[in-house]
Amino acid sequence: MSLILTAALIYGQVALAVAALLALWRLLKGPRAQDRVLALDTFYVCIMLQLLVTGLRLGNPHFLVAALIIALMSFVSSVAAARFLLRGEVIE
Amino acid sequence: MIAQNLMLVLVLLPFVGALAAVTQPRGAQRGPAWISGATMAAGLVILAALRGPAGATWPLRASLHWAPSAGLDLAFRLDGFAWLFAALILGIGILVVLYARYYLAPTDSAPRFHALLLAFCGSMLGLVLSANVIILVVFWEMTSLLSFLLIGFRSANVGAREGARMSLIVTAGGGLCLLVAMLILGRITGSYDLDHILAAGAVIRAHPLYPPLLVLFLLGAFTKSAQMPFHFWLPGAMAAPTPVSAYLHSATMVKAGVFLLIRFSPALGGTDAWFWMVTGTGMLTMTLGAVIALFRHDLKGLLAYSTVSHLGLITALAGLGSETAILAAIFHIVNHAVFKASLFMAAGIIDHETGTRDMRRLSGLIHFMPVTGALAIVASAAMAGVPLLNGFISKEMFFAAAADWHNGTWLDNALPLIATVGAAFSVAYSARFIATVFFGPPATDLPHLPHEPVRWMRRPVEALVFICLAIGIAPDAVLGPTLNAAARGVLGPLIPHVSISPWHGLNLPLMMSVIALLAGAAIYFPFARRISEGPEGPPLLWRVRAVRLFEIGLLAVTWKWPRVLHRAAGTDRLQPQILVLVCLALLAGLGVTFGRLSPIGQRAMLAPDLAFVLMWIAGGAAAVGAAALAKYHRFAALMLLGVAGAVTCLTFAWASAPDLAVTQLLVEVVTTVLLLLGLRWLPKRNAEIPGDRLFPARLRRARDLVIAIIAGAATTMAALAVMTRPPGPSIGNWFLRNAHSEAGGLNAVNVILVDFRAFDTFGEITVLGVVGLTVFALLRRFRPADESAGRPAQQTGKAGEIDDLPMLVPSITIRWMFPVLIVFSAWLFMRGHDLPGGGFSAGVTLAIALLAQYLGADTRWIEARITVLPIRWIGVGLLIAGLTGMSAAAFGYPFLSAQARYVELPGIGAVPASTAMAFDLGVYALVVGATVLMLIAIAHQSLRSARQRERAAEEEGEAA
Repeated sequence: MSLILTAALIYGQVALAVAALLALWRLLKGPRAQDRVLALDTFYVCIMLQLLVTGLRLGNPHFLVAALIIALMSFVSSVAAARFLLRGEVIE
Repeated sequence: MIAQNLMLVLVLLPFVGALAAVTQPRGAQRGPAWISGATMAAGLVILAALRGPAGATWPLRASLHWAPSAGLDLAFRLDGFAWLFAALILGIGILVVLYARYYLAPTDSAPRFHALLLAFCGSMLGLVLSANVIILVVFWEMTSLLSFLLIGFRSANVGAREGARMSLIVTAGGGLCLLVAMLILGRITGSYDLDHILAAGAVIRAHPLYPPLLVLFLLGAFTKSAQMPFHFWLPGAMAAPTPVSAYLHSATMVKAGVFLLIRFSPALGGTDAWFWMVTGTGMLTMTLGAVIALFRHDLKGLLAYSTVSHLGLITALAGLGSETAILAAIFHIVNHAVFKASLFMAAGIIDHETGTRDMRRLSGLIHFMPVTGALAIVASAAMAGVPLLNGFISKEMFFAAAADWHNGTWLDNALPLIATVGAAFSVAYSARFIATVFFGPPATDLPHLPHEPVRWMRRPVEALVFICLAIGIAPDAVLGPTLNAAARGVLGPLIPHVSISPWHGLNLPLMMSVIALLAGAAIYFPFARRISEGPEGPPLLWRVRAVRLFEIGLLAVTWKWPRVLHRAAGTDRLQPQILVLVCLALLAGLGVTFGRLSPIGQRAMLAPDLAFVLMWIAGGAAAVGAAALAKYHRFAALMLLGVAGAVTCLTFAWASAPDLAVTQLLVEVVTTVLLLLGLRWLPKRNAEIPGDRLFPARLRRARDLVIAIIAGAATTMAALAVMTRPPGPSIGNWFLRNAHSEAGGLNAVNVILVDFRAFDTFGEITVLGVVGLTVFALLRRFRPADESAGRPAQQTGKAGEIDDLPMLVPSITIRWMFPVLIVFSAWLFMRGHDLPGGGFSAGVTLAIALLAQYLGADTRWIEARITVLPIRWIGVGLLIAGLTGMSAAAFGYPFLSAQARYVELPGIGAVPASTAMAFDLGVYALVVGATVLMLIAIAHQSLRSARQRERAAEEEGEAA
């Protein structure tokens, strides 16, 4: 693997980690519940990308499945949270 | 060989019959009775066949291997004694079945009754035929359990429930003592084989463990045979239906105790301790039982105490242990079974036809039911020991045995006197039974006008009374060879043949009989009126009731003391419990490892990765934040938990556990939705908890924080210490090496789940199914707290302000995602064989897909379009998994052995096909079912409260 690619991937990992920390900052601080839901969704996106980048760096295809699951399904919990805030209950 | 197999069939047959009877339709009356009658008749035929060819080679033995490594074989043996008992069990059983056919009310469940009766019969047969003492105890406890069910057959009746419970506690407790006694016997003799133990009598009696062994053994036998002071359960058990009483308390259950005493008397008997304990208890029980019986007003109560008394007589004979005494005991077992069964049946007929069993109300019944009356009079004359009836002869033999010299102690010298007194009271209560019930002026105030019962209900009584007469007139012709064979079975083949005659000439036993008859009449007739007007019990003694003592003791042990203990050492609050638990774990861990284990081992560590260090900081911060916010901001804490979970999944993936990461991510999604669903029903906590900022609360929190930090640090240290050391030889390597060659799968984790450890998985999915059903059952009865029952605040704003079309875009997305997620789920399932995935994660995926549909639209819209039957999914899943496991048996492999190969499918390519995959399909279906069941059950709470609001609104509208 070329040096440039390695450096880029490491940079990607660190940058995503910083992004995740910033999302966590918003999550902790709020102030509104809606901010927190948005922050959690962002955090999940960061994790998904982190999985992909790490998978590239380690050359391990299994990371892809986990990333796929986040991509396909993490929105379900965000929708549930959104409904909870908008309507007061998750399933009506 | 045929004989051996027949014997095994004999034991198994009643249980097969019980299964057949219990599967009869609910209201069936005739079918179950025919099944149980035919089963017992078949048993009798087998027994007759065994007597013919095998008589010379007794004991006949047969065994099935059960757990040979533990010295446990299902071994059975048949000798003359066991043969006689088996004949009694089956013979009286048939008559009881016939009687019960006409006794049971249409509302009683005949299939249940006959199934229980047959199972009980099978347990008794197993008990008398066991050749292994541990198996004997197993059958012994089975009789206790089944008698519990039979006595409590009419479970709507309080008396029946209490009587059943009491008999279970007493007899099963005795059974535990017996088990310990048998274990000691096995230890002393080195074998659990009955023949071996019976042959080792001298060794046993000389062993230092003989006294405790004897006490435990006798506790078992005495509780079962209702000897004083454990007699009280038997009268309590009279709440049973009369056929049950006639069977259990004449021929079978209570006779098991004396069976055991007689069976083991050659091995355990012959010592002074045996004589004192067994004969002493027997004589006491015989006399006191007869005295109490005289004063009972309830017909069945009188018969119950009379049974206690006669069991005492048999016990006393077993304690004497001489050849004549054993023969007399066996003879009396038969005689008592015959006349007492007929008397119980007669009492049942009287109860059935008149509506009462109270002897103070019954009178002159001979005018209403002359045949039944005559039969009952003959039977009770046999009970009293009147000549030319069977009871007379065995009582004569008892007197003869009592009058013999044994060991010259005062008890031995007093035996003839005590025996005569006991017999006199036995005459007295028989006289009371005959005189009050059948003679005197015809009763006028009975609940029903009495008349003769249906013909077939009387037939069993007629048969039994005929046997009483036959034995009484020609004992040697009817029972001689059988009794001698039985005595030889107990005492060995060398004892001389005894011929039994109804007339022994003018001798001491005859004198004692005559005295007893006269004295009995002299006791009863002058005091007849005083007895029926007095309290229900003998003078002075009636205030002391063993039942009361038992109840007081039971109350103390099961109710009062636990509560005292709980108040002293327990708490209902969770916080102190967790505090104690954590502190104990901490102390134990520190105590074991402190100073002995350095936290860092020699194994090389991975270089830290900056990105992951940052991610872990994020995860840790989120976890701490979640803990801090959980008290007042549940929603925010839930979001933070999501972050912590996501970081954990990332760590799993990074640490080469992609399977775990996949599964954990799916579980995270489900958990978040589940908690959100639950959050709706929790009351909101807006106000501060009073006193939360005061000093004591702060101090408590500071203490908890310190403990939490120490415990967390210690756990981290422990994990570090383990992970920094090279792993020892682990089973994991074996799995990795063999996953493909043995099971044909490349994904070792999944292969372990569905093949190597499939049995564990099978257990786990069963538990999951049970949990799902339990959650469902609990939520059906869930009623939310008042403050959260109404419509959520978000839905109560003015029209126009609230969003009537919430989240239209996500709804559409979710609907579009449904097929995608289904395909994804199938893909995860198929690749599970060789790559991360598998039945569990695929199942959770499908559950999420279904759940998402509920999120995207309202419940009614969804349920009008998709019908999910989660309980059926659970059932089908379990069936598939179980049947797959069993299919291995078709090829002669053990349960859950898997077959694996790749199959070439046109257009798709090589597809892994193994039975493990079918098993995984079962897992898949069950996981879908259980997850959906739980989530939908919570979701339906909203639907239910919405419906309630609508109904209330409609009612208001109608009212207006």
